[in-house]
Amino acid sequence: MAVKVRIPVPLQRITHGKEEVEGSADTIIGLISDLDNKYPGLGERISEGGKIRRFVNVYLNEQDIRFLKGEETQIKDGDEVSIVPAIAGGQ
Amino acid sequence: MEFTEEQLQRYSRHIILPEVGGKGQRKISQAKVFLIGAGGLGCPVGYYLAAAGVGTIAMIDNDTVEVSNLQRQIAHNTSRIGVAKVESAKQTFESLNPDVNVVAIKDRISKDNIMDLIKDYDIVVDGSDNFPTRYLINDACVLLKKPLVSGAILRFEGQVTTILPGEGACYRCLFEEPPPPGLVPSCQEAGVLGVLPGVIGALQATEVLKLIIGKGKPLKGELLIYDALGVNFRKVKVPKNPDCAVCGTNPTIKELADYAQDYCSL
Repeated sequence: MAVKVRIPVPLQRITHGKEEVEGSADTIIGLISDLDNKYPGLGERISEGGKIRRFVNVYLNEQDIRFLKGEETQIKDGDEVSIVPAIAGGQ
Repeated sequence: MEFTEEQLQRYSRHIILPEVGGKGQRKISQAKVFLIGAGGLGCPVGYYLAAAGVGTIAMIDNDTVEVSNLQRQIAHNTSRIGVAKVESAKQTFESLNPDVNVVAIKDRISKDNIMDLIKDYDIVVDGSDNFPTRYLINDACVLLKKPLVSGAILRFEGQVTTILPGEGACYRCLFEEPPPPGLVPSCQEAGVLGVLPGVIGALQATEVLKLIIGKGKPLKGELLIYDALGVNFRKVKVPKNPDCAVCGTNPTIKELADYAQDYCSL
């Protein structure tokens, strides 16, 4: 299943400056693995041991996957996935 | 309280709005808002709240003005280099609007002082620059049931959300824990577009004023993400997490603890 994935600014170095990339998989964790093949290093920034890191959120069409089926959440053609890390700057 | 002739003129563009009116402006004049940080976010938030006539604005920050701040921290200026940021901001805000009482606190916010400092204020605004402080502020606001308008910036991206304890998700519901130290580059290395805190701070000030006048829909249960390079404003849902350590059904955080330093971000 081909989906668009929004990449946050801090990770755009890995995606060669692209803010949106395409990935293909049946589940969120499959998608992360697919993206890591295309953009080596992306996977470990977002996940560890098959789990999304706790300071990174992944949204499927604006819904937080933690409240869907987590890493096993199914994706389908045309879905939009967003990766949103915690940021802390204020000064 | 009655407005003077000068105040009626000063706030005329507010008072003419049916959603604000004299009644709303009076609420603004009586409101007490606590700002954490007098930097990139604290400056525009405080500036607009002072212009709007918020009665009492407290600011806490332990830093002094440095020349590298002036690219974005608009309440300070070249002649204030070396001056405490909270004193500099107080001068700026009070010269903009003498109606406003600015309480300048030159100190670090900590688990030992935060509860006492914020307890008499209506709304807290997070403009801090590190994760431990963000979690500390969140936990204190949840424990005291204080509305919290949170904003964060990095490089070209900003995030805003409004936390209404008891009504919606908190910052820990959104991000369960901060990134571990060492995994990520330092904040100073990352950089920030100078105008970005202006955009995010203006959004925070808007949320504060809406809460004060009780109009519109607060940004609760949602995270607004601004991407300056792609010119995107996106919102994602932030459900209340039943397993949240501070506001869940069986909270493990019942009082403030020490929060380790030196986290940054992805």
